[in-house]
Amino acid sequence: MAGHPGNPEPLSPRAKLAVTAGKAAAAVSRAAGRGSGSVIGGRVALKLDPDLLGRLAQHLDVVLVSATNGKTTTTRLIAEALGAAGPVVSNALGANMPAGITSALAGGSDARFGVIEVDEKYLAGVARDVTPKAIALLNLSRDQLDRAAETRMLAEKWREGLSGSKAVVVANADDPLVVWAASSSPNVVWVAAGQEWKDDAWSCPACGGVMQRPGDDWFCGECGFRRPAPSWVLSGDHVLDPHGSAWPIHLQLPGRANKANAASSAAVAAVFGVPPQVALERMYQVQAVAGRYDTVTFLEREIRLLLAKNPAGWLETFSLIDPPPTPVILSVNARGADGTDTSWLWDVDYTRLAGHPISVIGDRRLDLAVRLEVAGLDFRVCETLDEAVQLAPPGRIELIANYTAFQDVRRRVGN
Amino acid sequence: MSDSSLRLVWVYPDLLSTYGDQGNALVVERRARQRGLDVQRVDVRSDQPIPTSGDIYLIGGGEDRPQRLAAERLRRDGGLNRAAENGAIIFSVCAGYQILGHEFINDLGEREPGLGLIDVISTRGEGARCVGDVLADIDPRLGLPQLTGFENHQGVTHLGPTARPFARTVFGNGNGTGDGTEGAYNETVFGTYMHGPVMARNPQIADLLLKLALDVNALPPTDDRWYEALRDERIAAASQPA
Repeated sequence: MAGHPGNPEPLSPRAKLAVTAGKAAAAVSRAAGRGSGSVIGGRVALKLDPDLLGRLAQHLDVVLVSATNGKTTTTRLIAEALGAAGPVVSNALGANMPAGITSALAGGSDARFGVIEVDEKYLAGVARDVTPKAIALLNLSRDQLDRAAETRMLAEKWREGLSGSKAVVVANADDPLVVWAASSSPNVVWVAAGQEWKDDAWSCPACGGVMQRPGDDWFCGECGFRRPAPSWVLSGDHVLDPHGSAWPIHLQLPGRANKANAASSAAVAAVFGVPPQVALERMYQVQAVAGRYDTVTFLEREIRLLLAKNPAGWLETFSLIDPPPTPVILSVNARGADGTDTSWLWDVDYTRLAGHPISVIGDRRLDLAVRLEVAGLDFRVCETLDEAVQLAPPGRIELIANYTAFQDVRRRVGN
Repeated sequence: MSDSSLRLVWVYPDLLSTYGDQGNALVVERRARQRGLDVQRVDVRSDQPIPTSGDIYLIGGGEDRPQRLAAERLRRDGGLNRAAENGAIIFSVCAGYQILGHEFINDLGEREPGLGLIDVISTRGEGARCVGDVLADIDPRLGLPQLTGFENHQGVTHLGPTARPFARTVFGNGNGTGDGTEGAYNETVFGTYMHGPVMARNPQIADLLLKLALDVNALPPTDDRWYEALRDERIAAASQPA
């Protein structure tokens, strides 16, 4: 922990042993070709020292980032912003459960800041373990219905978990479920970051009343639960800070959702003393996050790789793709990590793709085919990525895939 | 059916549309239009009255708390019961299916009265939640091919004497009673545990509802190759559980 003035005490021998054992396990896992090894390493380390996560975090100013969508990207943006104030350790690869987080922190012994993405289901527990200085809550919506908790129950869990936290909670004022979760917390910074998807919050999380949504506002007609006044606002290409100053957002990452992520990240950076101008300038450096938004050359076409895992994610993705006649390839799987229920495809408004030549691939291309047929769209069903790419003329292709389908595509194109 | 167009009512999408239930409305609508029918789709939010003059009503699946809220509001509104008295066709899925019965167990663990439109009672299963692909043989009187769907429920539904099992399971749980039944129906009201959504995997069910609503025996054919391809794939998948 050299160079960090706030470092009170070194790791105990037991914690050191746990870190070493974890690193050894990770190395073995890597050598065996089983991925980065970060999760197995963390698991071994946590078994040897269950309090390790808390101990590793003790020496850091920590921010936790959780959401249904955008948490990996936002973690990356915040890490970039806080880099202005000191060294940062982060689980940048998206290993966002306690074992992966432990492993990431164990690798950052010189860091001052810990920027940690946390799976929604683990947020309350991790927040208890690491005593964060800030927690960023971006959005909550339906995801992996075959095994995930109900979306509102998740908000309830956040609410209970955060009620005793001393952290500054940076929360999206435009998502009623996030507002419900955050408002148990004594210290909230509200960010008007927007939320295109509204279909998980028609019913008031407080009383069950029907939500009214005139324009950008929202409130419950029955109990008075309503949108809080935000102190940070995403306004087009600018972030308005609490003093009313407008700072331009320049990102290489596309789309409205990433501007929202940048606005939340700027608000988080301010909690750590990094001014918005500095934070936003640094965010420009972020190009692609774990392959997302990357453009690759494959079979003489330029393919932009877009990840969308659930209806809210698809909706935001449709709004950022190039207009017709840019060809679009859609790929959907339903393996364990994706959720095995494909019914969510019917919550996505595919008519937004009208005018684009569309090809569908992936394990569940036939579900997509029926979905698009019913939407009245023309499409081609392809056996492989190569076939779908070759159907398109040379030039740009937008490829949208859900989780494991995205990994399949990355492997094929060598990303 | 009303004079000019087919009225398709989707009940409470704000509460009961968790499992892509809009898909059922989209498939019925699409298949009606493909037959040259003029369709008026009405999505009714739970703070609006249920119209009583619809031809086909769809009510979907949802989580436990919204299910209770939906039952309370539907009982108070009374519109769906009046529509049923008028002979409307009602098709329900999962949480919606339970609501149409006499009672179910709500999110507070209490017995919640349903609408009594179909002779079933739902309880909560003691065992593991039923999740996965299902294959079932639909009651031969309905003249439909095999039923394929995805189930995800804790509920167990018991049929009374005036409800008939909609299908008999080949793979999967269905009503969860252990007797192999899946769903229930009477002359005009149908219930199933099948998501998918069920019409996307079984478009002939959409056609059945249209035939009942129009009071015809046959409809012009449609190009169903993608539905058929999906059905073949899902039926094979259900037959070889992981």
